[in-house]
Amino acid sequence: MGLALILALIVAPEDADQGISQRIFYIHVPIALTAYFCFGLGAWKALLLLWRGDERNDLESYVAIHQGTIFGALTLITGSIWARASWGVWWTWSSNQLVLFLVLFLFYCAYFMLRFSLEEGARRARSSAVYALFGVVLIPISFLAIRLADDFIHPTVFVREGPQMTGTMFATFCLSWAAVTLLAYVLYRVELAGKRLDADLRELREVLQ
Amino acid sequence: MIYFADVAALTRKDLRVELRARDTLPAMLLFVLSTLVVFHFALPEGTGDDAAYGLLWVAIVFTALLGLARAWVPEQEHGVLDGLVLAPSDRSAIWLGKTLATLAFLVAAQVVALPAFVLFFAPLDATALAGVLLADIGICAVGSLMAAMAAASRSREVLLPLLVLPLAIPLIVGGVGAAISPEGGRYLLLLALYDGAFAVLSWASFEYVVTE
Amino acid sequence: MSWSQAELVAAAYGVVFVFVLVYVAIIAAKLVRLQRETAELLEVARGREAVVRSTAAPVGEVSEGV
Repeated sequence: MGLALILALIVAPEDADQGISQRIFYIHVPIALTAYFCFGLGAWKALLLLWRGDERNDLESYVAIHQGTIFGALTLITGSIWARASWGVWWTWSSNQLVLFLVLFLFYCAYFMLRFSLEEGARRARSSAVYALFGVVLIPISFLAIRLADDFIHPTVFVREGPQMTGTMFATFCLSWAAVTLLAYVLYRVELAGKRLDADLRELREVLQ
Repeated sequence: MIYFADVAALTRKDLRVELRARDTLPAMLLFVLSTLVVFHFALPEGTGDDAAYGLLWVAIVFTALLGLARAWVPEQEHGVLDGLVLAPSDRSAIWLGKTLATLAFLVAAQVVALPAFVLFFAPLDATALAGVLLADIGICAVGSLMAAMAAASRSREVLLPLLVLPLAIPLIVGGVGAAISPEGGRYLLLLALYDGAFAVLSWASFEYVVTE
Repeated sequence: MSWSQAELVAAAYGVVFVFVLVYVAIIAAKLVRLQRETAELLEVARGREAVVRSTAAPVGEVSEGV
């Protein structure tokens, strides 16, 4: 796992035909895709919780969304740097993806607020799960809304030339995508194991004392 | 149908409670009117109608939030919700009843607020009005579920706007678009899509939020 | 302040690296805490085992005698 990460980091910036700023693409886009994936995973676990009533899914859903939010924040930061590199501004409302991530970031921060202000228990698990499900419905609808909003907020369409990816570039992109997904998966397992260990220890302490 | 009879009974109960106590609707009315007056001073001269439409939507969303924050308070104070949850009716009927009651309050507040907006700022056409109505449905449907969630938490007054505002962004896009865009129909479509998707989701998931 | 393109690229990768590093550091801190708690509980369990053994021994002899 570690080898794949190192490989991706060294191999990834190998080609820079379209200016060096193109290299941000290899880290920004995989992170964004991974964030979506984490949100989707969180919602899927939430659905399983509501459907089957298995309490383990609550923690899994929470950890997945936690990962998603971290990767979402990273997407915002790297995206902002990319905007600075290619358009000379730190923030642009004309990049739909960035705006969408800002909305999602706010939404999932509210998820944590909700979670931390409810009493621990089955009801908290279900409320969080319902909110997580709202998140995946919000993603496509917000995307549509932001696309439409572009029409009246920016009457002139911002044209960004679609980068024609060559073979090596595409391979690099896929590799870095795989690496980021792997990183997310490892972090997910580690955090989940830590949280489970924490819960087990608390229980053990209660049994012993 | 028994289900709709339950919904109607719950909505009637909310409206009757409001008629007797009068602590939500007057507050919403006064709030939206004061907001419009504040906007007059917040908008510099010559900013044009488009800015006014944008601010109208800010006013609508916050008025709705004000109403939603009060939505479950009577039930909370008297422990009615537990009784309702235990009642032998479908629990989603509770959500639908509350949504309809909140929608009634919001529409009632707008019956006064929108003519005031036209008088003070700019005219509204049929598309804009349809946008307002569709967005009302969406925000009440989502908001009454979120308010039920927030009501169970420690920090309910603070939590509700945090939960609802990110979810309301597509509604604001749709509403403002319907008011100012020449092709308002697309925005109405977006609003209808939003209403459909989130109403079904809220309807299906309400049960999980209120049961212990 | 003006930034060269290369610096911005480095910044993007750097930010990600720092995030992961901070994350790992938090996990490590948590691991240390968990390890300390486990050690504490182990102490408690050992103490209890000793108590159980010292009190259980006579009972065992009696039951053997019967």
